[in-house]
Amino acid sequence: MEQAFFFYFAFVIAAASVLVIAVRNPIYSAMALLVMFFHVAGLYVTLHAEFLAAVQIIVYAGAILVLYLFVVMLLNMRQDDRYHRQWPMAAAVGMTLFIEAVILTAMKGWTAPTVATGRETAVGEAGNTEAIGDVLYSTYLFPFEVASLILLVAMIGAIILAKKDPEAVNSEG
Amino acid sequence: MTIPLSYYLVLSGIVFLTGVIGVLLRRNIIIILLSVELMLNATNINFVAFSQYFHDVGGQVFVFFALTVAAAEVAVGLAIIIALYRAKSTINIDEFQLLKW
Repeated sequence: MEQAFFFYFAFVIAAASVLVIAVRNPIYSAMALLVMFFHVAGLYVTLHAEFLAAVQIIVYAGAILVLYLFVVMLLNMRQDDRYHRQWPMAAAVGMTLFIEAVILTAMKGWTAPTVATGRETAVGEAGNTEAIGDVLYSTYLFPFEVASLILLVAMIGAIILAKKDPEAVNSEG
Repeated sequence: MTIPLSYYLVLSGIVFLTGVIGVLLRRNIIIILLSVELMLNATNINFVAFSQYFHDVGGQVFVFFALTVAAAEVAVGLAIIIALYRAKSTINIDEFQLLKW
């Protein structure tokens, strides 16, 4: 049963991610990415990361993808997008990475390494959200604050970058 | 756990490779940013799989941080795209070759 779920999610994730880069229209691309996000969230649920599944849907599908669609529609682009001229180089890099992955997988084999080191924190006992909150606000408190700073900087930077030139506005009106 | 860890690694490898090829192959900047999102999601799958495997919730916390950085990246990246579109009226990356030698 668990395997059936995993293979379903894995197949849809792989197919949707190929569609993202293969489809010509950016709107369809974003829609394929939406499907992929939902199935990654499903994969998180099977991995007992329920909180992250919710966050994945809320933040990725709800916020980030809407932002993408907003910009796609704002720019109103023509559909003359073709593949890049440098596709031989892309093929070379892709083949190299693929062969490397295959060789590494074949060399290391499919057996699992030893389970669990010393200081593990319980994942399933007190509930996933509680466990994450516990660790996030004690061990990872400083990175948490840095993350909030990153968001603040990104917000200010995005506003300044996307704002129109004051001089251009003056000359227009 | 009935599903071996290596299955998750192979899945995330496939998704990451797709993202790399998308960045190299497409000419539309928005699709390139979407491919970067694919790569971030591939790493997140890895983090969560290892977190479940080692029974350590730290991996899920790092997915949280990766999500934060992804949100910041999207906001700034899309703002840059809008600024570029305003300057050149196109988002085809072949048109942006000011730094090309």
